[in-house]
Amino acid sequence: MPINKVMGSFDEAVADIFDGAVIPIGDFGGPAENPSYLIAAVARKGAKNLTIVCNRAGFGIKLLESGLVQERFRPLIPVPLDWYDQGLLVERRQVSKAIISALATGTATGFTLPLEEQVVAGEVELELVPQGVMAERLRAGKAGIPAFYSPTAVGTLLAEGKEAREFDGRVYLLERAIRGDFSLIRAHKADRYGNLVYKGTGRSFNAVMAGASNVTIAEVDEVVEPGELDPECIVTPAAYVDRVVVRPREPRPWYEPM
Amino acid sequence: MPGARLPEEAMAMRVAKEFRDGMLVNLGIGLPVYCASYVPPEVEILSHSENGLLGYGAIITDREEADPNLVVAGGQSVRRKPGMAIFDQAESFAIVRGGRLDLAVLGAFEVSERGDLANWCRPGKEIASTIGGGMDIACSARRIIAMMTHTTSENRPKIVRECSAPLTAPRCVSLIVTDIAVIEVAREGLVLKEVAPGWTPEEVQALTEPQLILAPDLSEMTLS
Repeated sequence: MPINKVMGSFDEAVADIFDGAVIPIGDFGGPAENPSYLIAAVARKGAKNLTIVCNRAGFGIKLLESGLVQERFRPLIPVPLDWYDQGLLVERRQVSKAIISALATGTATGFTLPLEEQVVAGEVELELVPQGVMAERLRAGKAGIPAFYSPTAVGTLLAEGKEAREFDGRVYLLERAIRGDFSLIRAHKADRYGNLVYKGTGRSFNAVMAGASNVTIAEVDEVVEPGELDPECIVTPAAYVDRVVVRPREPRPWYEPM
Repeated sequence: MPGARLPEEAMAMRVAKEFRDGMLVNLGIGLPVYCASYVPPEVEILSHSENGLLGYGAIITDREEADPNLVVAGGQSVRRKPGMAIFDQAESFAIVRGGRLDLAVLGAFEVSERGDLANWCRPGKEIASTIGGGMDIACSARRIIAMMTHTTSENRPKIVRECSAPLTAPRCVSLIVTDIAVIEVAREGLVLKEVAPGWTPEEVQALTEPQLILAPDLSEMTLS
Protein backbone atom coordinates (compact mmCIF):
# COMPACT_ATOMS: atom_id res chain seq x y z
CA MET A 1 0.00 0.00 0.00
CA PRO A 2 1.36 3.41 -0.83
CA ILE A 3 2.14 5.55 2.19
CA ASN A 4 -0.36 8.38 2.54
CA LYS A 5 -0.42 10.57 5.64
CA VAL A 6 -2.82 13.10 4.17
CA MET A 7 -6.19 13.15 5.93
CA GLY A 8 -9.39 14.68 4.65
CA SER A 9 -10.63 16.22 7.87
CA PHE A 10 -9.24 18.27 10.74
CA ASP A 11 -11.73 16.70 13.15
CA GLU A 12 -10.53 13.25 12.18
CA ALA A 13 -6.88 14.32 12.51
CA VAL A 14 -7.33 15.32 16.17
CA ALA A 15 -9.94 12.69 17.11
CA ASP A 16 -7.59 10.79 19.44
CA ILE A 17 -6.35 13.81 21.43
CA PHE A 18 -7.24 12.78 24.96
CA ASP A 19 -7.95 14.67 28.19
CA GLY A 20 -4.67 15.53 29.91
CA ALA A 21 -2.60 15.40 26.70
CA VAL A 22 0.57 17.48 26.34
CA ILE A 23 0.31 19.42 23.10
CA PRO A 24 3.11 21.56 21.68
CA ILE A 25 1.46 24.12 19.38
CA GLY A 26 3.38 25.89 16.63
CA ASP A 27 3.53 29.57 17.45
CA PHE A 28 5.75 32.57 17.57
CA GLY A 29 3.80 35.80 17.57
CA GLY A 30 1.89 36.26 14.36
CA PRO A 31 -0.90 34.60 12.36
CA ALA A 32 1.44 32.79 9.96
CA GLU A 33 2.86 30.49 12.62
CA ASN A 34 -0.28 29.05 14.23
CA PRO A 35 -1.96 25.85 12.98
CA SER A 36 -5.31 27.66 13.24
CA TYR A 37 -7.56 24.89 11.95
CA LEU A 38 -5.98 22.17 14.10
CA ILE A 39 -6.43 24.41 17.13
CA ALA A 40 -10.06 24.99 16.11
CA ALA A 41 -10.60 21.24 15.76
CA VAL A 42 -9.22 20.65 19.27
CA ALA A 43 -11.57 23.38 20.54
CA ARG A 44 -14.52 21.62 18.86
CA LYS A 45 -13.47 18.28 20.24
CA GLY A 46 -13.33 19.77 23.72
CA ALA A 47 -10.44 17.73 25.17
CA LYS A 48 -9.76 18.98 28.70
CA ASN A 49 -6.85 19.38 31.16
CA LEU A 50 -4.47 19.96 28.31
CA THR A 51 -0.89 21.09 28.81
CA ILE A 52 -0.04 23.48 26.00
CA VAL A 53 3.55 24.18 25.01
CA CYS A 54 3.94 27.30 22.91
CA ASN A 55 5.74 30.62 22.71
CA ARG A 56 2.90 32.95 23.71
CA ALA A 57 -0.25 32.89 25.78
CA GLY A 58 -2.42 33.55 22.71
CA PHE A 59 -5.07 36.20 22.18
CA GLY A 60 -8.15 34.01 22.01
CA ILE A 61 -11.15 34.47 19.79
CA LYS A 62 -12.75 37.35 21.67
CA LEU A 63 -9.76 39.66 21.30
CA LEU A 64 -9.07 38.58 17.73
CA GLU A 65 -12.69 39.17 16.71
CA SER A 66 -12.90 42.46 18.60
CA GLY A 67 -10.52 44.13 16.16
CA LEU A 68 -8.30 45.25 19.06
CA VAL A 69 -5.46 42.98 18.05
CA GLN A 70 -5.56 44.38 14.54
CA GLU A 71 -5.74 47.92 15.83
CA ARG A 72 -2.78 47.56 18.16
CA PHE A 73 -0.68 45.55 15.73
CA ARG A 74 -0.87 48.43 13.27
CA PRO A 75 1.29 49.29 11.40
CA LEU A 76 2.55 45.76 11.71
CA ILE A 77 0.97 42.68 10.22
CA PRO A 78 -2.55 42.18 8.88
CA VAL A 79 -4.70 39.90 11.03
CA PRO A 80 -6.57 37.33 8.90
CA LEU A 81 -10.15 36.29 9.67
CA ASP A 82 -9.09 32.72 10.34
CA TRP A 83 -6.41 33.29 12.96
CA TYR A 84 -7.31 30.90 15.78
CA ASP A 85 -4.59 30.63 18.40
CA GLN A 86 -4.03 28.73 21.65
CA GLY A 87 -6.00 31.45 23.45
CA LEU A 88 -9.13 29.81 22.04
CA LEU A 89 -8.39 26.63 24.01
CA VAL A 90 -7.72 28.72 27.12
CA GLU A 91 -10.98 30.63 26.75
CA ARG A 92 -12.87 27.36 26.49
CA ARG A 93 -11.23 26.18 29.74
CA GLN A 94 -9.49 23.25 28.06
CA VAL A 95 -6.03 24.13 29.40
CA SER A 96 -4.79 23.26 32.89
CA LYS A 97 -1.10 23.98 32.36
CA ALA A 98 0.84 26.25 30.02
CA ILE A 99 4.54 26.01 29.26
CA ILE A 100 5.28 29.28 27.48
CA SER A 101 7.89 32.02 27.21
CA ALA A 102 5.59 35.04 26.89
CA LEU A 103 2.56 35.57 29.08
CA ALA A 104 1.97 39.29 28.73
CA THR A 105 2.30 40.62 25.21
CA GLY A 106 4.58 43.55 24.51
CA THR A 107 3.25 44.71 21.17
CA ALA A 108 -0.39 44.61 22.22
CA THR A 109 -0.24 46.19 25.63
CA GLY A 110 -3.47 47.31 27.15
CA PHE A 111 -5.48 44.13 27.15
CA THR A 112 -5.42 41.15 29.41
CA LEU A 113 -4.99 37.81 27.70
CA PRO A 114 -7.26 34.90 28.69
CA LEU A 115 -4.30 32.88 29.97
CA GLU A 116 -3.04 35.76 32.09
CA GLU A 117 -6.47 36.02 33.70
CA GLN A 118 -6.65 32.32 34.47
CA VAL A 119 -3.06 32.15 35.75
CA VAL A 120 -3.57 35.12 38.07
CA ALA A 121 -6.81 33.51 39.30
CA GLY A 122 -4.86 30.33 40.05
CA GLU A 123 -6.89 28.28 37.58
CA VAL A 124 -4.06 27.41 35.23
CA GLU A 125 -0.56 26.32 36.17
CA LEU A 126 2.15 28.34 34.45
CA GLU A 127 5.69 27.34 33.62
CA LEU A 128 7.55 30.32 32.18
CA VAL A 129 10.53 29.20 30.13
CA PRO A 130 13.15 31.26 28.30
CA GLN A 131 12.49 30.95 24.59
CA GLY A 132 15.84 29.37 23.71
CA VAL A 133 15.52 26.88 26.55
CA MET A 134 12.06 25.93 25.32
CA ALA A 135 13.34 25.43 21.78
CA GLU A 136 16.17 23.20 22.99
CA ARG A 137 13.91 21.26 25.37
CA LEU A 138 11.66 20.45 22.41
CA ARG A 139 14.62 19.65 20.18
CA ALA A 140 15.95 17.32 22.86
CA GLY A 141 12.51 15.71 23.16
CA LYS A 142 12.54 15.11 19.44
CA ALA A 143 16.08 13.74 19.50
CA GLY A 144 15.64 11.32 22.42
CA ILE A 145 17.83 13.33 24.80
CA PRO A 146 16.13 13.41 28.24
CA ALA A 147 17.96 16.42 29.67
CA PHE A 148 20.82 18.81 28.99
CA TYR A 149 22.80 21.61 30.65
CA SER A 150 22.23 25.19 29.52
CA PRO A 151 23.81 28.50 30.55
CA THR A 152 20.54 30.45 30.33
CA ALA A 153 19.02 31.85 33.54
CA VAL A 154 22.03 31.18 35.77
CA GLY A 155 21.94 33.78 38.57
CA THR A 156 18.21 34.50 38.14
CA LEU A 157 14.92 33.50 39.78
CA LEU A 158 14.49 30.77 37.21
CA ALA A 159 17.56 28.94 38.44
CA GLU A 160 15.89 28.20 41.78
CA GLY A 161 15.35 24.50 42.31
CA LYS A 162 17.38 23.52 39.26
CA GLU A 163 20.48 21.39 39.42
CA ALA A 164 23.54 23.53 38.65
CA ARG A 165 26.81 22.09 37.46
CA GLU A 166 30.10 23.57 36.42
CA PHE A 167 31.77 22.62 33.16
CA ASP A 168 35.08 24.19 32.12
CA GLY A 169 34.70 26.97 34.66
CA ARG A 170 31.16 28.01 33.76
CA VAL A 171 27.91 27.19 35.58
CA TYR A 172 25.03 25.56 33.72
CA LEU A 173 21.51 24.47 34.69
CA LEU A 174 19.99 21.08 34.07
CA GLU A 175 16.95 21.35 31.79
CA ARG A 176 14.54 18.51 31.05
CA ALA A 177 13.41 17.68 27.52
CA ILE A 178 9.80 18.20 26.48
CA ARG A 179 8.21 15.26 24.73
CA GLY A 180 4.56 15.89 23.90
CA ASP A 181 1.68 13.61 23.05
CA PHE A 182 0.56 15.56 19.96
CA SER A 183 2.46 18.33 18.17
CA LEU A 184 0.14 20.61 16.22
CA ILE A 185 2.17 22.43 13.60
CA ARG A 186 1.79 24.63 10.53
CA ALA A 187 3.83 24.20 7.36
CA HIS A 188 3.63 25.44 3.77
CA LYS A 189 3.88 22.34 1.59
CA ALA A 190 3.83 18.61 2.25
CA ASP A 191 3.89 15.46 0.20
CA ARG A 192 1.98 12.29 1.06
CA TYR A 193 5.01 10.93 2.97
CA GLY A 194 4.89 13.90 5.34
CA ASN A 195 7.99 15.73 4.15
CA LEU A 196 7.55 19.42 4.94
CA VAL A 197 8.75 22.83 3.88
CA TYR A 198 7.75 26.07 5.59
CA LYS A 199 7.11 29.61 4.47
CA GLY A 200 9.44 32.33 5.73
CA THR A 201 9.55 32.87 9.46
CA GLY A 202 6.54 30.56 9.85
CA ARG A 203 9.21 27.91 10.38
CA SER A 204 10.28 29.12 13.86
CA PHE A 205 8.81 26.77 16.49
CA ASN A 206 6.88 24.66 13.96
CA ALA A 207 9.95 22.89 12.63
CA VAL A 208 11.23 22.30 16.18
CA MET A 209 7.92 20.82 17.36
CA ALA A 210 7.71 18.50 14.35
CA GLY A 211 8.72 15.19 15.90
CA ALA A 212 8.79 16.49 19.47
CA SER A 213 5.66 14.46 20.29
CA ASN A 214 4.51 10.89 19.91
CA VAL A 215 2.19 12.10 17.13
CA THR A 216 2.86 15.11 14.88
CA ILE A 217 -0.01 16.62 12.91
CA ALA A 218 0.80 19.20 10.25
CA GLU A 219 -1.61 21.75 8.80
CA VAL A 220 -0.38 22.81 5.37
CA ASP A 221 -1.29 25.20 2.54
CA GLU A 222 -0.77 22.58 -0.13
CA VAL A 223 0.02 18.92 -0.75
CA VAL A 224 2.32 18.26 -3.71
CA GLU A 225 3.37 15.12 -5.55
CA PRO A 226 6.35 13.19 -4.14
CA GLY A 227 9.47 14.53 -5.84
CA GLU A 228 8.18 18.06 -6.17
CA LEU A 229 9.89 19.04 -2.92
CA ASP A 230 13.63 19.25 -3.59
CA PRO A 231 15.20 16.61 -1.30
CA GLU A 232 18.08 19.03 -0.66
CA CYS A 233 15.63 21.60 0.68
CA ILE A 234 13.19 19.54 2.75
CA VAL A 235 13.20 21.07 6.23
CA THR A 236 11.28 18.41 8.15
CA PRO A 237 11.80 14.85 6.90
CA ALA A 238 8.76 12.55 6.75
CA ALA A 239 10.09 10.55 9.73
CA TYR A 240 8.76 13.20 12.12
CA VAL A 241 5.30 13.66 10.62
CA ASP A 242 2.30 11.38 11.16
CA ARG A 243 -0.67 13.26 9.71
CA VAL A 244 -1.13 16.05 7.18
CA VAL A 245 -4.28 18.12 6.66
CA VAL A 246 -4.75 20.85 4.03
CA ARG A 247 -6.03 24.27 5.06
CA PRO A 248 -9.22 25.52 3.37
CA ARG A 249 -8.74 28.10 0.58
CA GLU A 250 -11.20 30.54 2.08
CA PRO A 251 -11.41 31.41 5.80
CA ARG A 252 -13.87 29.24 7.72
CA PRO A 253 -15.32 29.87 11.18
CA TRP A 254 -13.61 27.93 13.93
CA TYR A 255 -16.79 26.24 15.20
CA GLU A 256 -17.75 24.59 11.87
CA PRO A 257 -16.91 20.87 11.64
CA MET A 258 -14.39 20.28 8.87
CA MET B 1 17.57 73.49 33.34
CA PRO B 2 18.93 70.36 31.66
CA GLY B 3 18.55 69.86 27.93
CA ALA B 4 15.79 67.89 26.25
CA ARG B 5 15.61 64.10 26.42
CA LEU B 6 16.72 62.51 23.17
CA PRO B 7 13.95 61.02 21.05
CA GLU B 8 13.99 57.29 20.33
CA GLU B 9 15.41 57.82 16.83
CA ALA B 10 18.40 59.68 18.22
CA MET B 11 19.08 56.91 20.76
CA ALA B 12 18.87 54.37 17.95
CA MET B 13 21.33 56.42 15.87
CA ARG B 14 23.75 56.55 18.79
CA VAL B 15 23.54 52.80 19.34
CA ALA B 16 24.07 52.19 15.61
CA LYS B 17 27.44 53.94 15.88
CA GLU B 18 28.61 50.85 17.78
CA PHE B 19 28.02 48.61 14.75
CA ARG B 20 31.16 47.39 13.00
CA ASP B 21 31.62 45.60 9.69
CA GLY B 22 30.78 41.92 9.78
CA MET B 23 29.13 41.94 13.19
CA LEU B 24 26.29 39.56 13.95
CA VAL B 25 23.83 41.73 15.86
CA ASN B 26 20.61 40.91 17.69
CA LEU B 27 18.24 43.81 18.18
CA GLY B 28 15.79 43.17 21.01
CA ILE B 29 12.07 43.80 21.15
CA GLY B 30 11.02 47.39 21.84
CA LEU B 31 13.35 50.35 21.32
CA PRO B 32 16.34 48.35 19.99
CA VAL B 33 14.44 47.13 16.90
CA TYR B 34 14.67 50.60 15.42
CA CYS B 35 18.49 50.59 15.42
CA ALA B 36 18.24 48.49 12.23
CA SER B 37 17.14 51.60 10.37
CA TYR B 38 20.30 53.54 11.29
CA VAL B 39 23.09 51.18 10.32
CA PRO B 40 25.74 53.50 8.85
CA PRO B 41 25.77 53.05 5.03
CA GLU B 42 29.46 52.14 4.96
CA VAL B 43 28.99 49.37 7.54
CA GLU B 44 27.59 45.91 6.78
CA ILE B 45 26.20 43.83 9.63
CA LEU B 46 24.10 40.66 9.79
CA SER B 47 20.96 41.23 11.84
CA HIS B 48 19.78 38.22 13.83
CA SER B 49 16.21 37.78 15.02
CA GLU B 50 15.51 35.00 17.49
CA ASN B 51 12.49 33.67 15.61
CA GLY B 52 14.93 32.37 13.01
CA LEU B 53 16.22 35.06 10.68
CA LEU B 54 19.71 36.26 9.82
CA GLY B 55 20.68 39.08 7.49
CA TYR B 56 17.23 40.66 7.11
CA GLY B 57 16.54 44.05 5.57
CA ALA B 58 14.81 47.22 6.75
CA ILE B 59 11.65 47.24 8.83
CA ILE B 60 8.50 47.75 6.75
CA THR B 61 6.37 50.59 8.05
CA ASP B 62 3.64 50.50 5.39
CA ARG B 63 1.03 47.88 6.26
CA GLU B 64 0.23 47.33 2.56
CA GLU B 65 3.72 45.93 2.11
CA ALA B 66 3.80 43.91 5.33
CA ASP B 67 4.32 40.16 4.95
CA PRO B 68 3.21 37.99 7.90
CA ASN B 69 5.61 35.32 6.69
CA LEU B 70 8.67 37.51 7.15
CA VAL B 71 8.66 39.04 10.59
CA VAL B 72 11.19 39.69 13.35
CA ALA B 73 10.70 38.76 16.98
CA GLY B 74 8.96 42.03 17.83
CA GLY B 75 6.32 41.30 15.19
CA GLN B 76 7.46 43.85 12.62
CA SER B 77 7.57 42.74 9.01
CA VAL B 78 10.98 43.21 7.38
CA ARG B 79 12.31 43.36 3.85
CA ARG B 80 13.95 40.40 2.18
CA LYS B 81 17.62 40.93 1.56
CA PRO B 82 19.95 38.94 -0.67
CA GLY B 83 22.00 36.61 1.52
CA MET B 84 19.28 36.33 4.16
CA ALA B 85 18.84 32.96 5.89
CA ILE B 86 15.77 31.46 7.56
CA PHE B 87 16.01 28.69 10.14
CA ASP B 88 14.10 27.19 13.04
CA GLN B 89 13.95 28.27 16.66
CA ALA B 90 16.42 25.68 17.97
CA GLU B 91 18.97 26.66 15.32
CA SER B 92 18.39 30.29 16.14
CA PHE B 93 19.29 29.78 19.79
CA ALA B 94 22.18 27.52 18.89
CA ILE B 95 23.57 30.61 17.17
CA VAL B 96 22.91 32.59 20.35
CA ARG B 97 24.21 30.13 22.95
CA GLY B 98 27.04 29.05 20.67
CA GLY B 99 28.51 32.52 21.12
CA ARG B 100 28.05 33.75 17.53
CA LEU B 101 26.38 37.05 18.44
CA ASP B 102 28.97 39.82 18.49
CA LEU B 103 26.51 42.31 19.90
CA ALA B 104 23.00 42.38 21.31
CA VAL B 105 21.04 45.53 22.00
CA LEU B 106 18.42 44.94 24.68
CA GLY B 107 15.81 47.07 26.37
CA ALA B 108 15.94 47.31 30.16
CA PHE B 109 13.84 48.15 33.20
CA GLU B 110 16.99 48.47 35.33
CA VAL B 111 20.75 48.08 35.02
CA SER B 112 22.92 47.82 38.12
CA GLU B 113 26.36 49.33 38.62
CA ARG B 114 27.86 45.90 38.00
CA GLY B 115 26.03 45.50 34.71
CA ASP B 116 23.24 43.24 36.00
CA LEU B 117 20.32 43.44 33.59
CA ALA B 118 16.64 43.34 34.56
CA ASN B 119 14.34 43.46 31.57
CA TRP B 120 11.74 40.72 31.81
CA CYS B 121 9.49 41.54 34.70
CA ARG B 122 8.70 44.32 37.10
CA PRO B 123 8.88 43.63 40.83
CA GLY B 124 5.78 41.80 42.05
CA LYS B 125 4.80 40.77 38.52
CA GLU B 126 6.78 37.53 38.53
CA ILE B 127 3.87 35.34 37.52
CA ALA B 128 2.38 37.52 34.80
CA SER B 129 5.41 38.20 32.66
CA THR B 130 7.22 37.57 29.47
CA ILE B 131 10.73 36.15 29.27
CA GLY B 132 11.04 35.64 25.53
CA GLY B 133 14.58 35.19 24.25
CA GLY B 134 16.19 37.88 26.41
CA MET B 135 17.66 35.55 29.02
CA ASP B 136 19.30 33.30 26.45
CA ILE B 137 20.73 36.29 24.60
CA ALA B 138 21.86 38.23 27.70
CA CYS B 139 24.01 35.35 28.95
CA SER B 140 25.50 34.51 25.56
CA ALA B 141 26.22 37.54 23.36
CA ARG B 142 29.82 38.78 23.41
CA ARG B 143 28.72 42.33 24.13
CA ILE B 144 25.42 43.69 25.46
CA ILE B 145 24.23 47.26 25.06
CA ALA B 146 21.29 48.23 27.27
CA MET B 147 19.17 50.82 25.51
CA MET B 148 16.59 52.56 27.67
CA THR B 149 15.22 55.81 28.98
CA HIS B 150 17.43 57.05 31.81
CA THR B 151 14.57 57.17 34.32
CA THR B 152 11.13 55.67 34.82
CA SER B 153 8.01 57.62 33.89
CA GLU B 154 8.01 58.82 37.54
CA ASN B 155 11.56 60.13 37.00
CA ARG B 156 13.19 57.50 39.21
CA PRO B 157 16.65 56.23 38.21
CA LYS B 158 16.78 53.02 36.18
CA ILE B 159 20.55 52.81 36.63
CA VAL B 160 20.75 51.57 40.20
CA ARG B 161 23.11 50.05 42.79
CA GLU B 162 21.07 46.84 43.00
CA CYS B 163 18.25 45.88 40.66
CA SER B 164 14.91 45.61 42.43
CA ALA B 165 13.35 43.76 39.49
CA PRO B 166 14.27 40.09 38.93
CA LEU B 167 17.43 39.70 36.85
CA THR B 168 17.57 38.64 33.24
CA ALA B 169 21.28 37.91 33.64
CA PRO B 170 23.92 39.08 36.11
CA ARG B 171 26.96 41.16 35.01
CA CYS B 172 26.23 41.13 31.31
CA VAL B 173 25.81 44.77 30.21
CA SER B 174 28.90 46.58 28.96
CA LEU B 175 27.40 49.81 27.62
CA ILE B 176 24.26 51.75 28.56
CA VAL B 177 22.77 54.15 26.03
CA THR B 178 19.96 56.32 27.39
CA ASP B 179 18.09 59.43 26.34
CA ILE B 180 20.59 61.60 28.24
CA ALA B 181 23.90 59.73 28.44
CA VAL B 182 26.25 56.97 27.33
CA ILE B 183 27.73 55.02 30.23
CA GLU B 184 30.29 52.25 30.16
CA VAL B 185 30.19 49.46 32.71
CA ALA B 186 33.83 49.13 33.65
CA ARG B 187 35.69 47.13 36.27
CA GLU B 188 36.06 50.21 38.47
CA GLY B 189 32.40 51.23 38.14
CA LEU B 190 30.13 53.17 35.81
CA VAL B 191 32.03 55.53 33.55
CA LEU B 192 30.14 58.47 32.08
CA LYS B 193 31.41 58.74 28.51
CA GLU B 194 28.93 61.06 26.82
CA VAL B 195 26.11 63.39 27.77
CA ALA B 196 23.23 64.45 25.53
CA PRO B 197 23.33 68.03 24.18
CA GLY B 198 22.43 70.52 26.91
CA TRP B 199 23.11 68.12 29.81
CA THR B 200 25.88 68.47 32.38
CA PRO B 201 27.50 65.49 34.13
CA GLU B 202 26.00 66.76 37.40
CA GLU B 203 22.48 66.67 35.94
CA VAL B 204 23.02 63.12 34.67
CA GLN B 205 24.43 62.09 38.06
CA ALA B 206 21.34 63.50 39.81
CA LEU B 207 19.19 60.98 37.88
CA THR B 208 21.59 58.06 38.40
CA GLU B 209 21.75 56.10 41.67
CA PRO B 210 25.37 54.85 41.70
CA GLN B 211 28.27 57.27 41.65
CA LEU B 212 29.47 57.91 38.09
CA ILE B 213 33.14 58.14 37.20
CA LEU B 214 33.77 60.90 34.67
CA ALA B 215 35.67 59.65 31.64
CA PRO B 216 38.83 61.66 30.87
CA ASP B 217 37.48 62.09 27.32
CA LEU B 218 33.89 62.84 28.40
CA SER B 219 32.11 64.50 25.49
CA GLU B 220 28.78 65.56 24.11
CA MET B 221 26.91 62.77 22.34
CA THR B 222 27.12 62.92 18.55
CA LEU B 223 24.87 60.89 16.32
CA SER B 224 26.77 60.55 13.07
